Amino acid sequence: MTRFLFALFMFSGVMLAQAEEIVLGMSQNEVAITATFDGSNILVFGAIKRDSPIPKVPLHVIVSITGPSKPVVVRRKAQQFGIWLNKDMVEVDAAPSFYAIATTGSFFREVLSETEDLQHNVSINRAISLAGAPKNTPNAQNFTDALIRIRREQGLYQSLEGTVALDQQTLFRTTIKMPASLTEGEYKTRIFLTREGRVLNKFETSIDVRKVGLERFLFKLSRDSPLTYGLLSIAIAIMAGWLASAFFQVIRSR
Amino acid sequence: MQIYLPIAEVSVNAFLLLGLGGLVGILSGMFGVGGGFLMTPLLFFIGIPPAVAVATEANQIVASSFSGALAHFKRRTVDFKMGLVLMLGGLLGAALGVLLFNYLKSLGQVDLLVRLCYVVFLGIIGGLMFIESLNAILKSRNPGGVKKRRERNLVHSLPFKVRFRTSGLYISAIPPFVVGVFVGILSAIMGVGGGFIMVPAMIYIIGMPTKVVVGTSLFQIIFVTAFTTILHATTNYTVDMVLAVLLLVGGVIGAQVGTQLGTRLKAEQLRILLAFMVLTVCGKLALDLLLQPAELYSLSVAQGP
Repeated sequence: MTRFLFALFMFSGVMLAQAEEIVLGMSQNEVAITATFDGSNILVFGAIKRDSPIPKVPLHVIVSITGPSKPVVVRRKAQQFGIWLNKDMVEVDAAPSFYAIATTGSFFREVLSETEDLQHNVSINRAISLAGAPKNTPNAQNFTDALIRIRREQGLYQSLEGTVALDQQTLFRTTIKMPASLTEGEYKTRIFLTREGRVLNKFETSIDVRKVGLERFLFKLSRDSPLTYGLLSIAIAIMAGWLASAFFQVIRSR
Repeated sequence: MQIYLPIAEVSVNAFLLLGLGGLVGILSGMFGVGGGFLMTPLLFFIGIPPAVAVATEANQIVASSFSGALAHFKRRTVDFKMGLVLMLGGLLGAALGVLLFNYLKSLGQVDLLVRLCYVVFLGIIGGLMFIESLNAILKSRNPGGVKKRRERNLVHSLPFKVRFRTSGLYISAIPPFVVGVFVGILSAIMGVGGGFIMVPAMIYIIGMPTKVVVGTSLFQIIFVTAFTTILHATTNYTVDMVLAVLLLVGGVIGAQVGTQLGTRLKAEQLRILLAFMVLTVCGKLALDLLLQPAELYSLSVAQGP
């Protein structure tokens, strides 16, 4: 009997999850890094579609944007021979180059339970420790903390608690500022609906961040055929040097 | 106007870069120095990653040294044979320098190497310049000093003697080659042309006449910095063309303005000013090494294709 009730409860839970669904809009699903790129504001907005009346318990919305992950070497300076130099290091296998998380409320208390965080890897700490920080180094946690702190100061990691506006338990919107120092790639965008810390519905999409035009051409050339790139930069330098001296000779001879 | 640098992957103010280029250009025109030793630390200060700053500065120096060397070609004040020996040494040195640079980069010590080199060399050059110009000012107040004659030294007893007609020398090819190697290493590590080391070395060690020294050193610098640029571009992917163009536009204009200004002002006092600036930059870099930094940790992301 209890088992039947439990199953019924689970079933209703599933029903509930499907009863509320995310309908998403975004100001842009592409960020173009042009020559004058100075960061970008992404507006994420949407509505919650439901078949039944609004439940009493308030709903929460989490919006997270994750940049492409890359290995990062974290080094710590220590004083040796009177000068400060890099000594210990920890290699983090993969850390997202950008991570922003915006929520309607304070993160662990209201929005998401820790078990759900473990399952969906939503918080910044989860996004990095998942990458597998080395276990043989003592104080490895200090290094990942430093990674988060430094990237936070650079605006690359942002936890924006309480910045998602939710109107009438139905319409939500938030703006996430992406700084100028973005790396190229696919930025995974996830939206979670939660109630009492549990995830009800999840929506995934992606934002494509890429260099365009001249920026793209130069970057690609420098990686695909570095010799051509090097020769081209020297040719430009020689041309500029010659032009400058020729130009000023004309001016001076007048 | 903010501009995004595709290789450095940072966004900086274009006018700031033009201004920096112009300022260092004026100084280099006024004092006849390449300016790399001032520009590269300034690039560190505005947040360009050191590896990109060093590689890109080498590229910019190709432009300024070519522009300067053209004038010397016309005046025939270049000793091509000596330049060739210096250049061969320089190319070897640049290759060694880039190898050392990449090795230390893999150890995470490249920042330290570059900064240490700067502190040591800026300290020496700034100090010497300061003392020399102070002496010159004192001497100009009570003229009548006696000039010492150049002495014969080790340079004249080494093998592989070659006749350098333009310089009027018959000496061993080893000293200029060694000077070239040394300057090449510095060029690769510090992102400088190395004129500030090479010019005194050519005068005092090799014994070249002053009138061909600057032209010959510029001739060598073009090739060595061009080679350094290629090496950095192909092994580290750290040459930022957009940054280089902005700097060199400011630089070449500034250099011409500086040349005009330099003729109107008193040389000794100017040199004391330059010495002060060099020592200030050196002091700032030294403090960064000596004082406990606010952030002990640093990040580096693997660069690559």
